Amino acid sequence: MKITIDNITTEVEEGTTVLEAARAVNIDIPTLCYLEGMEPLGACRMCVVEVKGAKSLVASCSTPVRDGMEVSTNSARVRDARRTVMELLLSEHEGDCQLCERGADCELQELANRMGVKEIAFAGEKPAQFFDESTPALIRDTGKCIKCRRCMEVCKAVQNVGALAAQNRGYATVIGPAFAQDLDTVVCVQCGQCAAVCPVGAITERTHIPQVWQALDNPEKHVVVQTAPAIRAALGECFDYPPGTLVTGKMVSALRRLGFDGVFDTNFAADLTIMEEGTELLTRLKAVLSDKQEAALPQFTSCSPGWIKYAEHFYPEFLSNISSCKSPQQMFGAMAKTYYAEQKGIDPKDIVVVSVMPCTAKKYEAQREEMNDSGYQDVDYVLTTRELGRMIKEASIDFHKLEDDKMDSPLGLSSGAADIFANTGGVMEAALRTAYEIVTGRQLPVDNLHVTPIMGLEGVKEAALTIEKPLKEWAFLDGVELKTAVAHGLGNTSKLLDRIKAGEAEYHFIEIMTCPGGCIGGGGQPRFTTDEVRKQRIQAIYAEDEGKKLRKSHENPAIQEIYEKYLSKPLGERSHHYLHTKYIERSRV
Amino acid sequence: MAVDAQLDQKETDQGACCSDQLSEEEMALRIDEVIDTFSGVKGALIPVLQTAQNLFGYLAEPVLKKVSLRLNIPYSEVAGVVSFYSYFSTIPRGKNIVRVCLGTACYVRGGKEVLQSIQDYLGIDVGGTTDDRIFSLEIGRCFGACGLAPVVMINDHVYQRVKPSKVKDLLVPYRVSEPCGEEE
Ligand code: SF4
Ligand code: SF4
Ligand code: SF4
Ligand code: FES
Repeated sequence: MKITIDNITTEVEEGTTVLEAARAVNIDIPTLCYLEGMEPLGACRMCVVEVKGAKSLVASCSTPVRDGMEVSTNSARVRDARRTVMELLLSEHEGDCQLCERGADCELQELANRMGVKEIAFAGEKPAQFFDESTPALIRDTGKCIKCRRCMEVCKAVQNVGALAAQNRGYATVIGPAFAQDLDTVVCVQCGQCAAVCPVGAITERTHIPQVWQALDNPEKHVVVQTAPAIRAALGECFDYPPGTLVTGKMVSALRRLGFDGVFDTNFAADLTIMEEGTELLTRLKAVLSDKQEAALPQFTSCSPGWIKYAEHFYPEFLSNISSCKSPQQMFGAMAKTYYAEQKGIDPKDIVVVSVMPCTAKKYEAQREEMNDSGYQDVDYVLTTRELGRMIKEASIDFHKLEDDKMDSPLGLSSGAADIFANTGGVMEAALRTAYEIVTGRQLPVDNLHVTPIMGLEGVKEAALTIEKPLKEWAFLDGVELKTAVAHGLGNTSKLLDRIKAGEAEYHFIEIMTCPGGCIGGGGQPRFTTDEVRKQRIQAIYAEDEGKKLRKSHENPAIQEIYEKYLSKPLGERSHHYLHTKYIERSRV
Repeated sequence: MAVDAQLDQKETDQGACCSDQLSEEEMALRIDEVIDTFSGVKGALIPVLQTAQNLFGYLAEPVLKKVSLRLNIPYSEVAGVVSFYSYFSTIPRGKNIVRVCLGTACYVRGGKEVLQSIQDYLGIDVGGTTDDRIFSLEIGRCFGACGLAPVVMINDHVYQRVKPSKVKDLLVPYRVSEPCGEEE
């Protein structure tokens, strides 16, 4: 189809929207509610354009192209209409930009500036403002909400949770949980995908920055930090590096400059997770296939706290299938306040564990009541990638000029298998690298140790692996086709679970990550995460893995050491106490 | 429309009568039967809610949660619909609905004072229900009896030229003898 936009004529496929056609020829129409790859919401009217022959302006995000269409994106009428939309939004908005979490990356502020809005002609009344500070992960501020509905769309269409929807009507509309209640009374899994797409400061993470500064300033405290694998591939974006730039070394320097007494790696605990979770899988397989005992299969991974809460609400029948392993964040916390405390001779009450996570649900996970096995809260504070970026800026550290530095041992040593925990498919691949070798004594027989069918952004992926010539102890696995599946995003997850429930699919081991793309697409990552950005971060993570000599969890010497010195063996008594947990059924509504 | 016919059917089957004696848990059980009659009907949410509103007089939380679960619609969306239409109410309504007209004519001829007097007597605000669930108080906009303002409507009965000092005489009979099954 032919379409002319601002005198540029172009050919596009049928079904393309005017907005897509315009952006394809580098004409940027401003939008607020539009989200790439999703059904247009048509809620904000910011994207209006003039179509020749049409009486009124149309929303370009939801208007399909017609052959011969002539569109103007920059007529006086269009500019006026957009400015009116903007002024109306601003007239209802609690605009304290200097004090706002989003002061630096706010889409509303950016657009208002770009449109040259200098005054607000409508001095209107503002709807009642209220704050929802009910959850450990997120803060909602209705005074900043522009009712674009992106959050509810993502919560329902991507995450299949549906915790948010439009309540009331007209001027009194609130985008929030049922009857404008607080988030902690509903089924929200605290994944923060809503906060990741919100164009303004209406949903943000609950910050722990002040608490972390306070701990760092307290000479009595030994403050250690762990960084999740996904941080190193995204933190650079906070400092204008292109997505997919690895900044591991600079990140370590920055953390040291901030004053942490130990700079460690969640990756260490990811390797530990593989040892525990891999052994757990083999134990379950042995029970079912060899000893003819009961054990829940498939086994699901348990690293992603949003997924855990989702299962507790919506799929309690699968709770016994979820690995009892704590997530790497929590394993790290428990080991820091026991093993590390002992090695260092520090009283665990004086140790403060800070995590940097790509995730808001990790804030929730850290304060779950099961997470106090060290005798203290295992992880004290959780910063998102964005918060770490902000702290580095607050400390006036010139990130670009930092030298590369290395993590401290022993909790900073890790394998490439741990790096790929950040990507969808990565935990599975890491587990297979180790489990296959335990069972057969040989390396996983795939090119460059990558299990290609479970890499990439497809929603549900599968891989099958036939086990040949196992070691004597694992003879019962000879010829067994090990079936695995990987899902990311809770919408994809629920499709997979429903198929399993209906008996349409059978697996032994399944990896679930709450966020699209895995942790690299987490709700705490720098904004804005598109599929293109996801791909670049995923690439960077695989590069980090491939650049290491050590690429299998069981080969990590620090892991071998912790078993020798402290834990004795996977699923042993100490492991059981410190590294494993349990789940509870929660209400579905 | 098929849905409407079903809706009426339900109403006569079970009647609005005495529904205020159902506990909220009993309502949640009853709503199961209602939803069964809509199985396979597309867009069942609004008709189910309407039926529930008619049956029970209001939409209790357990009822709405049941609707959400059975129809597989997020509770936030069910609540969104309920809070969008003023037809739906989530607080129990009394057996007798008292509506005070505040249309222009009634307003200037003392409607506001009548309203205040009823509020004082019943001890509830507009939109509220007495603890014994005998009265709910609402305001109305013109019942077409402006000539004899101010006007109060109790259920389907219109009272004209109401004096603030006389509202008690108006209400007391309803406390004792309003027959069950009166339309709300
Ligand atoms: S949301 Fe944006 S426009 Fe509103 S106060 Fe925050 S920075 Fe300013
Ligand atoms: S945190 Fe996740 S589950 Fe909760 S409201 Fe936001 S998108 Fe929905
Ligand atoms: S909270 Fe944010 S994403 Fe949700 S409707 Fe409001 S402005 Fe939009
Ligand atoms: S972007 Fe088109 S209506 Fe919001």
